[in-house]
Amino acid sequence: MSSGALYNDQGGAEAAVEAGQENTPTTGGTGGTGAAFRLFNTDFKKNEDLKEMLESNKESLKLEAMKRVVGLIAKGKNASELFPAVVKNVASKNIELKKLVYVYLVRYAEEQQDLALLSISTFQRALKDPNQLIRASALRVLSSIRVPIIVPIMMLAIKEAAADLSPYVRKTSAHAIQKLYSLDPDQKEQLIEVIEKLLKDKSTLVAGSVVMAFEEVCPDRIDLIHKNYRKLCNLLVDVEEWGQVVIISMLTRYARTQFTSPWKEGFMFDDNEKTFYDSDAEEKKDQEETKPYTMDPDHRLLLRNTKPLLQSRNTAVVMAVAQLYWHLAPKQEVCIVTKSLVRLLRSHREVQFIVLQNIATMTIQRKGMFEPYMKSFYVRSTDATHIKTLKLEILTNLANEANISTILREFQTYVKSQDKEFAAATIQAIGRCATNISEVTDTCLNGLVLLLSNRDETVVAESVVVIKKLLQTQPTQHSDIIRHMAKLFDSITVSMARASILWLIGEYCERVPKIAPDVLRKMAKSFTAEDDIVKLQTVNLAAKLYLTNSKQTKLLTQYILNLGKYDQNYDIRDRTRFIRQLIVPSEKSGALNKYARRILLASKPAPVLESAFKDRERFQLGSLSHSLNSKANGYHELSDWPAVAPDQSVRNVDVIEPVKERAPALGKTRKNKSQDKFYSDEEDENEEEEEEGSESSESSSSSSEESCSESEEEEESEKSSGDSGKNSSSSEESDDSEQEEKKKAKQKKSKASADSGSDENGNGPVGHDSCSSAESSSESGSDSEDDSADSPPPQKKNANKSQSKVVMDNSKNQVSLLDLDDFSPVPVNTSQSSVLSPSLMSDLEGLSLSNMSPTLQVTSPTFSPVKTHELLHHMSGKGLSATYHFPRQPCLYQPSMVSVQLTLTNHSDQILEEIHVGERSPAGLSIHCFNTIERLQPEASVTVSMGIDFSDSTQAANFQLCTKEDQFNVSIQPGVGELLTPCTMTQQDFSKEQGKLMGMNETSATLSVSTAISSAHAVSNQVLSVANVGVVSSGSVSR
Amino acid sequence: MLYIKTVGAIFFRFTYGLTLYDGIYFCLRVHRSAGGSSVALLPFWRQCWQSAAEMIHSLFLINPTGDVFLEKHWKSVISRSVCDYFFEAREKAVTPENVAPVLQTPHHYLISIYRGKLFFLSVVQTEVSPLFVIEFLHRVADTFQDYFGECSETIINDNMVVVYELLEEMLDNGFPLATESSVLKELIKPPNILRSVVNTLTGGSNVGSSLPTSHLSTIPWRRNGVKYTHNEAYFDVIEEIDAIVDKSGMTVFAEIQGVVEACVRLSGMPDLTLSFVNPRLLDDVSFHPCVRFKRWESERVLSFIPPDGNFTLMTYHVSSQNLVSIPVYVKQNISFFDSGSSGRMDITVGPKQTMGKTVEGLSVTIHMPKSVLTVDLTATQGNYTYDLTAKVLVWDIGKLNPQKLPTLQGSLSIQAGVPKPVENPSLNIDLKIEQLAISGIKVSRLDLFGEKYKTFKGVKYVTKAGNFQVRT
Repeated sequence: MSSGALYNDQGGAEAAVEAGQENTPTTGGTGGTGAAFRLFNTDFKKNEDLKEMLESNKESLKLEAMKRVVGLIAKGKNASELFPAVVKNVASKNIELKKLVYVYLVRYAEEQQDLALLSISTFQRALKDPNQLIRASALRVLSSIRVPIIVPIMMLAIKEAAADLSPYVRKTSAHAIQKLYSLDPDQKEQLIEVIEKLLKDKSTLVAGSVVMAFEEVCPDRIDLIHKNYRKLCNLLVDVEEWGQVVIISMLTRYARTQFTSPWKEGFMFDDNEKTFYDSDAEEKKDQEETKPYTMDPDHRLLLRNTKPLLQSRNTAVVMAVAQLYWHLAPKQEVCIVTKSLVRLLRSHREVQFIVLQNIATMTIQRKGMFEPYMKSFYVRSTDATHIKTLKLEILTNLANEANISTILREFQTYVKSQDKEFAAATIQAIGRCATNISEVTDTCLNGLVLLLSNRDETVVAESVVVIKKLLQTQPTQHSDIIRHMAKLFDSITVSMARASILWLIGEYCERVPKIAPDVLRKMAKSFTAEDDIVKLQTVNLAAKLYLTNSKQTKLLTQYILNLGKYDQNYDIRDRTRFIRQLIVPSEKSGALNKYARRILLASKPAPVLESAFKDRERFQLGSLSHSLNSKANGYHELSDWPAVAPDQSVRNVDVIEPVKERAPALGKTRKNKSQDKFYSDEEDENEEEEEEGSESSESSSSSSEESCSESEEEEESEKSSGDSGKNSSSSEESDDSEQEEKKKAKQKKSKASADSGSDENGNGPVGHDSCSSAESSSESGSDSEDDSADSPPPQKKNANKSQSKVVMDNSKNQVSLLDLDDFSPVPVNTSQSSVLSPSLMSDLEGLSLSNMSPTLQVTSPTFSPVKTHELLHHMSGKGLSATYHFPRQPCLYQPSMVSVQLTLTNHSDQILEEIHVGERSPAGLSIHCFNTIERLQPEASVTVSMGIDFSDSTQAANFQLCTKEDQFNVSIQPGVGELLTPCTMTQQDFSKEQGKLMGMNETSATLSVSTAISSAHAVSNQVLSVANVGVVSSGSVSR
Repeated sequence: MLYIKTVGAIFFRFTYGLTLYDGIYFCLRVHRSAGGSSVALLPFWRQCWQSAAEMIHSLFLINPTGDVFLEKHWKSVISRSVCDYFFEAREKAVTPENVAPVLQTPHHYLISIYRGKLFFLSVVQTEVSPLFVIEFLHRVADTFQDYFGECSETIINDNMVVVYELLEEMLDNGFPLATESSVLKELIKPPNILRSVVNTLTGGSNVGSSLPTSHLSTIPWRRNGVKYTHNEAYFDVIEEIDAIVDKSGMTVFAEIQGVVEACVRLSGMPDLTLSFVNPRLLDDVSFHPCVRFKRWESERVLSFIPPDGNFTLMTYHVSSQNLVSIPVYVKQNISFFDSGSSGRMDITVGPKQTMGKTVEGLSVTIHMPKSVLTVDLTATQGNYTYDLTAKVLVWDIGKLNPQKLPTLQGSLSIQAGVPKPVENPSLNIDLKIEQLAISGIKVSRLDLFGEKYKTFKGVKYVTKAGNFQVRT
């Protein structure tokens, strides 16, 4: 039964094209009925010979035949009777032949289901092929064959392919999901399972396709997205263009259900009205926005990660991001899409059309956004009419008191356009400007009156119509214009314009008492020859004059009413009868007659001239429905923001997961990745960065920030169970340890590269890692508290006046299990810093003391970081371990040095002798070394301080740490924050210094502060943990 | 109210049980048979079971005479009679450019583009981003252009099989699959004369004999194992001036749009960094997907692993704050006389701000009012042609000689009995200046990482007139 329904559908749809098919037995051309033969005589001869070719043994003949068959399909001709001959070739070795057979199969399998089944086994075999491309194409064709019988086979194939090692095959399976769903929606539940699985996929190849399948099969299952939300946001930059569009539109929908509105309640709509008339509504808006609202970090993540896509070459992607910002971003941030949208106007005509439509809607609500780009909407004579009209629409929306003169001057050019349709639209636009901006109403009106003497009829007619509307808004002063129009009446032939003039004269007949009856007289003469609309207005005019000036016009009116009574048009007859009853007193209509004057000459509200795009704003921007201004099939309305945000924690992901999942997902040869902890992972990340641009999202600063905030949250939740009320400190710690991790990773990396030269991916770091984590697990609990308790004392000692410093500290226990767990997203994080480092370097160049004016006062650091970084692990240091930290004290030795405190511990059971600093690189690196430590007892530790001149760069300082027997290469890499010195200066000085700095010295980083800590103190602690800056009471931070 | 709800539920279950195959058609049938009440329920039903995800359903290529000469369906077949709605719209529009790109028909939506005198008409059935479809259609046209050198009816007919194979690869179930030309070229070899001769002799094919691997790599735009004996990387910086100059010679609006076209033939996996002397000039940019956006944001350099061969690396817009130098001025005087049905035209072009370079390829195009019948002009330099049917006058000047300014003057004859044109036609200027980027942008260096061979590098600058219009 179900297949029957299918056939019917098909048959109906194709009846026109496939007429021949009905005459041909579906089983193919084995004989061909006589009738069909005669009907398609020539076709058949040709097809017979194709069949012979297909059945020949020669590959080239077969190929030639298939090419011709495909040609027939392309032309829309019927080639279905060749099915048996073609399907035999499905197993051909020749790839091109095979491909062409596939094309044929997909086209005709639906009509020849029984025969199509013959080919299925070939595909099933191919699904097991070792070559991923063959597997993929087999699945593609198999799923494209719309034969209901094979649904179970397809389902099985999809499930298998979804678990395939090759991301390309998985992508194909995502596509197949949609096909199977449209073939048999009963499979929905099973398909959703597959979708759920594929959504977890980390490959950028799969992401777009699976979201597509999600949108097709189960767009309402938003719960499937939660866990993958952050991943999708982070992958977005690397997904192929088409996938980006789909993902962005899905995420827009998602965000509208999951986050609270960044706009003030009811803001959007209240404000529209204002912006139209109120030029400083923009400012108000901003002020209103300052009301505290904290955006969900995930909401922010989405906005941040989509922003780079505005630079995409694909116009659909840019539009998708633009609509996302429009529907999701806080009002003041929407402006960033402006430039990109204007850029799209350089693209093809069709793109321009869609983009202009969207801009038109946007300008109604927020004209400020596009005002600076007003000139980009100037019309060129070569533009297509619909583009011209849209540009005109936008210019009208943008008009305000400031720019109206420019716009009107521009409009003057347009009015003269050869394109009359456009000229007429311009006049309408002038009318709208005139009503919207009261200052120019008179100017516009005068301009329009001048146009009345134009030679072109359409221009004049349109002007009359617009003037009529304008006069209605302020009829008192303009009787001379009415008089002028009455004079023009004879020369105007366009009926709409004539009707408008008649209406005007009738409406304001008391202002032109002498002219009005005369006009009526003329009309009485020509009444029968007029258009219906003019006749109706003539009747109206007559009625109104009869009421106001019956002495002069009584006879005329009666004459006209008599003419109207026998008119061919029933509307006019009706109107005439009605008017007669109304105005001419008779016995029957006594009551009504009294009110005739009030009925006919009631003061009428002026028409509102508004944009034709006004009602489009109900549709999502960039959608087909918006473009058509009517709801398209399958359009989902964007839901309103929820009043209260649903639980945020649903998006929290088990943090271990990403690391594990990566390896199979990428399908690369990096096997070690899945086993290694983030150290080696980070290595890989860097490599990838170098060899493949597509991985760059991993390195985006945004994602790292996100992961940082995530970990904070987790850390916090963990902490709070232990010691509640220590909110600020816990956040500090989390950030500290995070940075620490970063440092360690760096350090490891460079160490490894120095150590093992060629193979830096090696197991060295991994070795440390596993060991230390195992060992330190017992100590991990006390770890962070220890640090925070220990470090303040040393910092007190050397309070001097150098820039800032790095300190090493002896702590045996810096690597803890806790750390690892918390920061498994760190790979992302660290790779980010490695990518940014060159820029930081350049940014920091020139940021030296010489820039500072002598009035500067170096303030003492307000905060001392508690975290330590590992310099040398005791496994690689043959028992000697070293850690360091930055105490943030001015360096004793030289002002340009950063002080570092180093803690050396002997973990071996021998005494270590003569510990000192050996060779250093880069050669010019100036280090103030610590004095040689003569001997270090087993399990003893010593803290020394040293100064390193990093030359204001974040380049690592590499040096050797030597004992009597061994040398160990180590490196210290400072964060930017550690290179800064807090100073106090007056505001003038600050701005002066800032002026000197130029743009290159700017470094920005974003700190995510978890919502729980919002006090100023907590925030400043957060900042301080990253950078060595002072706290200024006003809240501005100097650097 | 309650009653309606229950009916809705029953109806809903009923439809769900049956609409297994082709949602749209079935849906319409239900609509017709069930009468009024189902109309209200339909949107609900659609919202649940139809979604925005269905993309391009079919593609029709239509030639200038209005015949469908190619059709391709990615799902079930849609009769080409659907194009009738389009033809209707085409009839109404005066010129092909005026046809609205998005049309609504009772059961389908038609989204079309006009490229090279051909219409690419796609049929969609549900909500979709129209730009998505338009962008894709242009990508299809670009691919044809890339493969066959031009995109015309004859060339598509001659290469029907390749075209069909391309379309098959580019779209799967209506969703774009492989649109990157480097990937496509590996899957389907572009035809060339030599190969077609060899193919006919040996029965060879256009499809790559070995299966490609590149679109499985993480760099979709570049395949592995590229090898060249001469490694070279050339960049063309092409700038276009868009301007509107008014009657008095005042610049109403001017801006510069630039594009960096690259031709990179490098072996292996080169990682290139291109930096500019003055990147701050660039106000708005868009990149080929290969460019690392983060590097651009932080350092203003273009860092990328290039696709193999020709590609557009970036397009940019020079900030409108900068004054745009207009290379030429035009003195014109076009007038139509009230009596005698004639007019006079006098145009002189001269150099304005050319930065000491020569202006070449100068030409002036004028779309005359419909009433201008013939022109009788003399040009001091170059030739002019007047297309009588399209009423387009093209004056091809060539190189601009500052000593001897080219002029075009003479009379126009106007159709008798028609009022004289109200508006003078505007002039479109075309020009080219070699070795100059009018914005002053300059490439400072190109560095190659990841590979160790000598590379020939070169940068060429060209300035052209984009949409350069002089109003009269």
